[in-house]
Amino acid sequence: MNAPLLKVEKLAKRFGGIVATDDLSLEVGTGDLHAIIGPNGAGKTTLIAQLSGQLRPDTGHIRFDGRDITALPMYKRNRRGLARSFQITSLFLDLSVLDNVALAVQAHAGHSFRFWGNARRDAALREPARAALEQVGLIDRADRPAAALSHGEHRLLELAMALAGKPRMLLLDEPMAGLGPEESSRMVDMLRALKAKFTILLVEHDMEAVFALADRITVLVYGRVIASGAPDDIRANEQVREAYLGDAEEGVVS
Amino acid sequence: MMPALTVRNIVVAVLLVALALLPLYAQLAHDRFLLTLFTRIVILAMAAVSLNLILGFGGMMSFGHAAYLGIGGYAVGMLAHEHVYSGFVQWPVALGASALFALVIGALSLRTRGVYFIMITLAFAQMAYYVVSGIARYGGDDGLTIYKRSQFVAPLDLSNKTQFYYVCLVLLFGAIYLVWRLINSRFGLALQGIRSNELRMRAIGFPTYRYRLTAFVIAGTLCGLAGALLANHTDFVSPAMMYWTRSGDLIIMVVLGGMGSAIGPVIGAVALLVLEETLSGITEYWQIILGPLLLLVVLFARGGIDGLLMKVGRRQDDEVRS
Repeated sequence: MNAPLLKVEKLAKRFGGIVATDDLSLEVGTGDLHAIIGPNGAGKTTLIAQLSGQLRPDTGHIRFDGRDITALPMYKRNRRGLARSFQITSLFLDLSVLDNVALAVQAHAGHSFRFWGNARRDAALREPARAALEQVGLIDRADRPAAALSHGEHRLLELAMALAGKPRMLLLDEPMAGLGPEESSRMVDMLRALKAKFTILLVEHDMEAVFALADRITVLVYGRVIASGAPDDIRANEQVREAYLGDAEEGVVS
Repeated sequence: MMPALTVRNIVVAVLLVALALLPLYAQLAHDRFLLTLFTRIVILAMAAVSLNLILGFGGMMSFGHAAYLGIGGYAVGMLAHEHVYSGFVQWPVALGASALFALVIGALSLRTRGVYFIMITLAFAQMAYYVVSGIARYGGDDGLTIYKRSQFVAPLDLSNKTQFYYVCLVLLFGAIYLVWRLINSRFGLALQGIRSNELRMRAIGFPTYRYRLTAFVIAGTLCGLAGALLANHTDFVSPAMMYWTRSGDLIIMVVLGGMGSAIGPVIGAVALLVLEETLSGITEYWQIILGPLLLLVVLFARGGIDGLLMKVGRRQDDEVRS
């Protein structure tokens, strides 16, 4: 593993009596694609929410690039280069596709207390946004309202927005959720291309995709890490098979 | 860039030209009342335009926007009462006081969402209403008569009704232009992003609170200017200026005219007040007619009158193409 870019130390989060994250430690090496898998309710999305700053952990620390970001609000983490894509499509549906991505660019182009110039004609925002749309293959949809796109296209737009901020690390929360087989394989190709440029933490149910893409895999069950290692180690891990892969394989095979 | 020749743009152009030529018509027709009515419409349109910045483009359902009408108005009224007549003092004070009020109530209320935001803005406006009602020195409940309109330099004389109308109209056009520039700027796009999906805006790196607050203060300040105009128009201020039903009227103008555009609230203000004037001439129960009309707009014309006009234009385009 490369030097860690993201380091999670003894993270814990409870909701009332439910332990969503339980003494969780994790390291993601620079340039790695690190996948998090686990059955439903394992606390994967809760973990992403804490990493991105949407939720505050009860105890524990999150370090990004050597600095403690545990107390930083979401927008500051994002500015440091930690970008999140959402599991449930979370877009600006009433704005155009290009506007969506341009806003992501704008977020990183200094403050937005600029009241006069027309932002829709601002090449400094529009060009990088177009480039990101080009990258995910949505450029011909640029002027459509985001609401008019298909579900698969929404997922790609999500990705374009995360890319537009020129992040150092992507937190991808089930980018394949709800995609058809064809769209899925398009997304896997996309992720493979992105893997070369970014450090990625991937939460995903699609086992085939995870084992095809991941450098390292961490398995969560009830908010706790039960195994972490290279894909082959995980596949061979007895505990993982018992707790998780058994169920999942049924799902994958059927 | 030349605006396209759509039905909607023609209607808007006709409306603006009609507003510009109105004093001429009023003079020819010897209709003094028409000018008074439209001065009022122009002023309230400006208040609606300011509300639209936060309601239409920021998604902030402020139910206390009339408070700024009152604050701007009372700034003029109180200063006049203390024999300070200069508009160069009165108007900046009106703007400053409105901005300050907006900053304080915005800073508190923008921490809430949805119904709570509506309630808290309403509560603050009602507080302002009762505070003003209680100040005996400035007339309390009975209000305060203004004996001299704001004084500016020589040829400008606000007591001249035609001149005053044009001052209001120029300021309205200025307000529309300001809002139009704002909504297309980086700030405006950020604001619309927040309206659309605030969580996502934070996730991609926007400190959303300060943008919403800034919009809230700009809108309040602009409405304070409308309040200063309204006080000059009626030569009188009273707590009723900021009563919650007035805030409701402003919301109706915005929704009726169309939240999606900078010009929509002007259409809404003209439509609502002309309708009110005409209908109340027919029957004193004119609201029975207005209510269902509003219902129809909300149910079938989501973008208000302006949205409806745009749709008509689009349908025509399609026919031409086919």
